[in-house]
Amino acid sequence: MADRHLEPDTPELRARWGTFAWTKENAAKVKEIIARYPAGRQRSAVMPLLDLAQRQVGAETNTQGWLPLPVMEYVATQLEMPIIRVVEVATFYFMYNLVPVGKFHVQVCGTTPCMLRGSDAIMAACKKRGMEKGHTTEDGLWTLTEVECMGNCASAPMVQINDDNYEDLTAERLDAVLDALAAGKMPKAGTQEPGRHTVEPLGGPTSLKDMVKANHDYRKEW
Amino acid sequence: MPKVTVDGVELEVPAGATVLQACEMAGKEIPRFCYHERLSIAGNCRMCLVEVKPGPPKPQASCALPAAEGQEIRTDSPMVKKAREGVMEFLLINHPLDCPICDQGGECDLQDQSVAYGRGASRYDENKRAVTEKYMGPLIKTVMTRCIHCTRCVRFSEEIAGVDEIGALYRGEAMQITTYLEKAAAHELSANVIDLCPVGALTSRPYAFEARPWELKKTLSIDVSDAVGSNIRLDSRGREVLRILPRINDDVNEEWLSDKGRYQVDGLTRRRLDRPWIRRDGKLVAATWDEAFTAVAKVNPGKSVAVVAGDMVDCETMFAAKALAGALGSKLLEGRQTGLDYDCSNLAAVNFNSTIAGVENADAVLIVGSHVRWEAPLVNTRLRKAVKRGAKVFVVGPEWDATYPVTNLGNDLTVLDKLPKDAADALKNAQRPAIILGGAALGKGALGSALALAEKYKLVREDWNGFNVLHMAAARMGGLMLGYAQKGGIADLVKAKPKLLISLGADEVDYTRFADSIVVYIGHHGDKGAHAADIILPAAAFSEKAGTYVNTEGRVQFADQAVFAPGDAREDWTILRALADALGVNVGFDSFAELRGAMTRAVPVLGNEGLASYGALPKAEKAKASGTIEAYPIKDFYLTNPIARASETMQRCSAELLHGEHFAEAAE
Repeated sequence: MADRHLEPDTPELRARWGTFAWTKENAAKVKEIIARYPAGRQRSAVMPLLDLAQRQVGAETNTQGWLPLPVMEYVATQLEMPIIRVVEVATFYFMYNLVPVGKFHVQVCGTTPCMLRGSDAIMAACKKRGMEKGHTTEDGLWTLTEVECMGNCASAPMVQINDDNYEDLTAERLDAVLDALAAGKMPKAGTQEPGRHTVEPLGGPTSLKDMVKANHDYRKEW
Repeated sequence: MPKVTVDGVELEVPAGATVLQACEMAGKEIPRFCYHERLSIAGNCRMCLVEVKPGPPKPQASCALPAAEGQEIRTDSPMVKKAREGVMEFLLINHPLDCPICDQGGECDLQDQSVAYGRGASRYDENKRAVTEKYMGPLIKTVMTRCIHCTRCVRFSEEIAGVDEIGALYRGEAMQITTYLEKAAAHELSANVIDLCPVGALTSRPYAFEARPWELKKTLSIDVSDAVGSNIRLDSRGREVLRILPRINDDVNEEWLSDKGRYQVDGLTRRRLDRPWIRRDGKLVAATWDEAFTAVAKVNPGKSVAVVAGDMVDCETMFAAKALAGALGSKLLEGRQTGLDYDCSNLAAVNFNSTIAGVENADAVLIVGSHVRWEAPLVNTRLRKAVKRGAKVFVVGPEWDATYPVTNLGNDLTVLDKLPKDAADALKNAQRPAIILGGAALGKGALGSALALAEKYKLVREDWNGFNVLHMAAARMGGLMLGYAQKGGIADLVKAKPKLLISLGADEVDYTRFADSIVVYIGHHGDKGAHAADIILPAAAFSEKAGTYVNTEGRVQFADQAVFAPGDAREDWTILRALADALGVNVGFDSFAELRGAMTRAVPVLGNEGLASYGALPKAEKAKASGTIEAYPIKDFYLTNPIARASETMQRCSAELLHGEHFAEAAE
């Protein structure tokens, strides 16, 4: 993840994104977002606005979206803040893409719990489909990134694709998810383990069993 | 006033003090990198860890912890020692061991503190990280691999300079300090980040690989690039001043220095006048001192002498020239080279009465005809502080980027007689209202109506004097105190048609008006004045002579001599003393001490370091403001005086930062 970098400032980049402006719907949203903060503190809205900008870029390019420099400048001008402060925010958070990505941004967690539960196999499955870490596939569909802990350790291993998490994966389950996405379907987000709803223990509760039926007062038993 | 115990010693600290400040008050040294008295607290270097009870059983960052009643602070416990060693080891993990080729070596906080508080050896044998260099302009050289991310430079440009252009991109191990798209840091105080940088990440580009700090002779001096009179230190080796650094003086420059004051230093060795020159048949020909003095004697001016003083001369030189003119029977002295003729009968009316440090307490400021950011960058930082405390600022004159919000009242000076409602209300309701009058306003004769305005809005109150005139020349206040002011300005000199015009480094004068006079130029640079001169007597620059300077607030300050003038050039007063002999008069001093004695007898306040008192403001006479301010006197911040114009660094700054020229960078 340390190899994040800004897309170079080229005339082509300026030509493509120099005329960026909010769409009608987004302009209304922007107004609403800025109104959430006290007058004069409008720069607090920088993070939601960058997110919105990234989504709009995504919609325009049919990808997950990213933040070209002219777009950041557009947000900076709107919020009347120095551009360097906007770039600081955008480079700090990994959810902002600094370079173009594909339609689906596959972020595989490789931190210890996921690794112990088999993230290596997940990564291998991704690579088998032609993905390469830090690159976008030629068909523009997939961008693969290895990320650090996403907080889904109880249902490891997991993958985040655009706005959704897919958990309890195996190579086959991941393939099913990716196939569905490629086919334009929306696979079920969350755990992929049949019968599991969220992150409850597999095979029923192991503690506080009396709580399953009704509210049980354990205090007498301490 | 909480009472705390530092290493067993109980002491009382001011409310709001931090634990670090409490430790300092107890005489304990706390190592630090990110903490700086004049910047906001960041708390990210973790070097200032101390043990504090009550509190969690772990070391605490003392810079960000408020001192509270009953705290027991230890700075000498094993826990603190171990914590410092640990932080130091982490800081050094990615810091290159390139001290032998680093310009910060010898004056590096990291070097000093790793010797004092570090472990002595590293246990790290992975690869160190490397960071690409960032371009930050012609003054700042960057070696970003050395950066320890204290963010002092980021905080300085945001808080003090008011130009948000340096930032910390990415995060964690990948963090990098840079300007947006590596554009040059373009403001007048940018080079102060070099002093602030505790390591060798930001170093001085013009001074790169010039010298080591321990080789340098340090001389205390006064900056002459503007009228602020910043306290500086000249670092010289042999016959050359290699760099200029600011000294701390909270009343004047705090610890900052404008880029011009700092980097015009290389102009001191270029385009110098190092021998006398005499104009023969319209051409300047090199001569000896004897020939030059004979040539002056041959003019035989009698009483028909006038002296015009330049912007950078010291009081001693001006007094010596005054004594010479007086001995010849002339009182034609003038220092306002560009033709200003404001009334100088009461110096309180042309002084920065609020004082530079005081103006930051103002709560409503009216700036009339002054581009403060260029005319006195360090006064602008004070005004910025005032605005941060809630002051309202109004500007009469063309717009300029002040780095703080201002209300522009247009260019028309008649607005002074009838201020618009918001400005009038702000001045009326202010506790400490102030007006700052600049050269552009003085040039339009706005002094009278400004005084009337001062009376109307009661700018002078008990414990507060809000009437300020901001000068641009280091010599101005001293010159006015010594009588370098004619009623009609320099026009009076022109009218008198002097046979002999002595020019003390005056480079802004229109010498075509003195076509019939023999112009003797006593100065140090081959600039405009020397081009127009008939006889050139090479003199010393400010670094080559001791002298007294009075800044725009009337603060008398002394500068020392760092090096000797080049070639045949001599100190100014010796030239004037020899001229007296050549012209056959007696000026009454034979040594510098005698000269200074005579000067302090004539103007006693020049003998005392500190603020001179000019008494009360004169009663305002009926005056009507008129005219519009079309432009400010300073057209190019980096090239305002002959030293700066001779400086390659300043020329490049002007070309690159003001005129947008591009310079290809040499590959390393």
